Amino acid sequence: MTDLTNLTVAEIRDGHRAGDFSAVEVAEAFNANVAGAKALNAFIVETPDRAIEAAKVADADRAAGTLKPLSGVPIGMKDLFATNGVQTTAASHMLEGFVPRYESTVSQKLWDAGCGMLGKLNLDQFAMGSSNETSYFGNVISPWKRNDGGNAALAPGGSSGGSSSAIAARLCPAATGTDTGGSIRQPAAFTGISGIKPTYGRCSRWGIVAFASSLDQAGPMARDVRDCAIMLENMAGFDPKDATSLDLPVPNWEAALSSDLKGKKVGIPKEYRLEGIDPEIDAMWDAGIAMLKDAGAEVVEISLPHTKYALPTYYIIAPAEASSNLARYDGVRYGLRDLPQGAGLQDMYAATRADGFGPEVKRRIMIGTYVLSAGFYDAYYTQAQKVRALISRDFTAAFETCDVILAPTAPSAAFGLGEKTADPLSMYLNDVFAVPASLAGLPAMSVPAALNREGLPLGLQIIGKAFDEQGVLNAGLAIEERAGFTARAEKWW
Amino acid sequence: MSDYRIKGETGEWEVVIGLEVHAQVTSNAKLFSGAATAFGAEPNTQVSLVDAAMPGMLPVPNRECIRQAVRTGMAIDAQINKWSRFDRKNYFYADLPQGYQISQLYHPLVGEGSLTIEADEKAGIAADKVIGIERIHVEQDAGKLMHDQHPTMSFVDLNRSGVALMEIVSKPDMRSPAEAGAYVRKLRAILRYVGSCDGNMEEGSMRADVNVSVRKPGDEFGTRTETKNVNSVRFVMQTIEYEAKRQVEVLEAGGTVDQETRLFNPDTGTTRTMRSKEDAHDYRYFPDPDLLPLELDDAFLAECRDSLPELPDAKRARYLGLGISAYNADVLTAEVENARWFDALLETGAEPKAAANWVTSELFGALNRLGKDIGDCPVTPAQAGELLGLVADGTISGTIAKQVFEKMLETGDGAAAIVDREGLKQTSDTGAIEAEIAKVLAANADKVEQYKGGKEALFGFFVGQTMKAMQGKANPQVVNELLKKALS
Repeated sequence: MTDLTNLTVAEIRDGHRAGDFSAVEVAEAFNANVAGAKALNAFIVETPDRAIEAAKVADADRAAGTLKPLSGVPIGMKDLFATNGVQTTAASHMLEGFVPRYESTVSQKLWDAGCGMLGKLNLDQFAMGSSNETSYFGNVISPWKRNDGGNAALAPGGSSGGSSSAIAARLCPAATGTDTGGSIRQPAAFTGISGIKPTYGRCSRWGIVAFASSLDQAGPMARDVRDCAIMLENMAGFDPKDATSLDLPVPNWEAALSSDLKGKKVGIPKEYRLEGIDPEIDAMWDAGIAMLKDAGAEVVEISLPHTKYALPTYYIIAPAEASSNLARYDGVRYGLRDLPQGAGLQDMYAATRADGFGPEVKRRIMIGTYVLSAGFYDAYYTQAQKVRALISRDFTAAFETCDVILAPTAPSAAFGLGEKTADPLSMYLNDVFAVPASLAGLPAMSVPAALNREGLPLGLQIIGKAFDEQGVLNAGLAIEERAGFTARAEKWW
Repeated sequence: MSDYRIKGETGEWEVVIGLEVHAQVTSNAKLFSGAATAFGAEPNTQVSLVDAAMPGMLPVPNRECIRQAVRTGMAIDAQINKWSRFDRKNYFYADLPQGYQISQLYHPLVGEGSLTIEADEKAGIAADKVIGIERIHVEQDAGKLMHDQHPTMSFVDLNRSGVALMEIVSKPDMRSPAEAGAYVRKLRAILRYVGSCDGNMEEGSMRADVNVSVRKPGDEFGTRTETKNVNSVRFVMQTIEYEAKRQVEVLEAGGTVDQETRLFNPDTGTTRTMRSKEDAHDYRYFPDPDLLPLELDDAFLAECRDSLPELPDAKRARYLGLGISAYNADVLTAEVENARWFDALLETGAEPKAAANWVTSELFGALNRLGKDIGDCPVTPAQAGELLGLVADGTISGTIAKQVFEKMLETGDGAAAIVDREGLKQTSDTGAIEAEIAKVLAANADKVEQYKGGKEALFGFFVGQTMKAMQGKANPQVVNELLKKALS
């Protein structure tokens, strides 16, 4: 019998529908993989019973002829999504033990579509990080190893590192992620999987622990482009509970998938050719250009002149919003409360927040507080908003001459755990290619394109026009078909 | 100009006053959550996940709250900003679950407007005065801390958390406690006419931050203090009186007024420092990224405008045009319920002047005596119209009308029915009246002498005596005529 955990979402869905296997068998297989992969530390909470429960419903639905779009598909849920009755922590000590009595819109949509939950996936604390090293519940380890004979533990990327690691290790066929400045795309690239951040507003933010409201966007991570399309269809949609939600119908992205790019123009931003970047990254990029040409697309050079300001702009806006969004964690109503003997309200705040937040979260709260302070607000926040508008305008201008933009997802392959933790700036640089699309609210995805000389995956990024997830997915599919990326991590865990 | 002055040792000081009035928007639901807003509910029973700032919760603007604020802006002839935005005001306090208040600093919903306070010589307001209004913005209220529930802990009630407030910011245009009092009363009246706030100051639906400074007349503005959350017209006036005197004393003693936030103590009528400028929060305002800018379309604005009722100034002008005295017009328009009742009375065809006199004296007197509001008035405008109609057409005299009204209050019966039943119809039977006049004049021969000798004021006495003899049922006009004839 085939190993059910090697199947994609589409294969599980179709195989279950056809009666090739039961949903319970699928759930059991993935539950077993999850249980056997403690070394990866991908999950904060495992929920095998929930997966089985949903699978039983799926099997019953099949018998009754009432199958739902994703009946029988078990998934992982990033622990940033509130799940009713299941601990939701944002990988923080602050919310350790917090069990919401409500369900995020996106997760509810997935359950309504027939998915089952394998567990809550680890992440960088409050989604702040690029290596999953800021989690209060420990690092997630990538299933990938360098081919240098060494045994260095590698970062699965971040912040959706639990999601990327779990999918790459076949602990789940797909998972939710969230992307504020690359948190879906960079971990996807690091682990040889696909992931798409849709247009800002496509997926409701209701019930997702907020990091930076104007940037946060949920999206799927999966093994291939088709699975991303399927998952996204079942995550997206207007939500009256989110004032920034897009009131647009959800297209049938899967049905419209096409890798034929005849008549399409692909823009190559010259500012993304970074001085001193790993030549393997540029080589992969050039190979990607060739693949899209082969798919029928015309390639044009474009300019995104404000690219170099994107990272500093992001590191003003995101921390500013975070410093305010995280003010609610004060020990008064829920979550951690540190009340030293004889302490007053201010002491309780100080003790609770000192203990409940990790160093990276504190760093960003302090940066954000600083840039919003009287006397600095105009110099930092107001300027950053202006630059953000310029970055957005760059894309608008570029999309007058092209349909999608092709670029690397990250400036390097996965790095070793601990290699960048001492230098926050070098860590932040990981998102240099990912952040511009986030600031502009554009759909962007990463697809695996190649292995580097160390045997580690590299990802290509496709950025599309607002609302044109289809164009992004189609270009991703064209690369996927031509890159023939089949490599997977050897099981060592 | 107000001539209200504080007399100091170095001369006279002028007081400069600006008010920030927080008015709770009348709405069934909170500003950004679906939770209810009723006053007096059990603690923490009107709290949604959004109000408690649970992780991942998001605000969604309540259209009705925005509508009420826009209508209020229109009622003070203000600029309505079709594009406005919400900002976060960041600070930590246990009654503020989000750690920020959603407010509007940079782009408020309503821009400049004004209202007029009426001349009131008794209060030292010589002429009508226009008070400028800087802006109205909408924002969330905070919850309530309760310090008396437990020996060592404070409790939090979040029922009020997230309730919509309008902050109505005046210009520093007031110059006396009386002007400030008149401003608050007028603003309250407008809010209640519009229906955007119930104006209930005891329940905290309306409260004012009072900004006071003093200066020598003609000088630049002095440094101001802000006294927070003053919750009655009287307290607003007391705050100003106390603060102005205090500041004059400080300045005349060679000190300087600190720009600070103060608290009013209603028991002593004094204010004290709450926090100084050095301790002032840096609120780190920035646009709320959870909310898109508010954009109002023309249809929405048209609906807001069309739904506005006749406002106090227009109503007052209309009443004056009907010949109603300025005093009565003021009294009748001050409370929207009274004005509505009076308008209903006018619709029965009642003569305006007589109706106004009757409402302000007879009706209000009776309500006062019974301890009732116009809202639970035992007599309907239609019933009152019937009563006034009987006076107007000469069926009964004004004196008899008072008796009939008493009976109406007692029995709830109609005026005509009571007049019939009690035989109170007035008579114009000249024979009967002349007979009584003859008796009255005969019994008071000395007064007749005096009258004829030039003491014409005695005429009223003869009228009174005749009416009394007729048990009030004689037509006063006929009595007048016949008396004149008899005395000539």
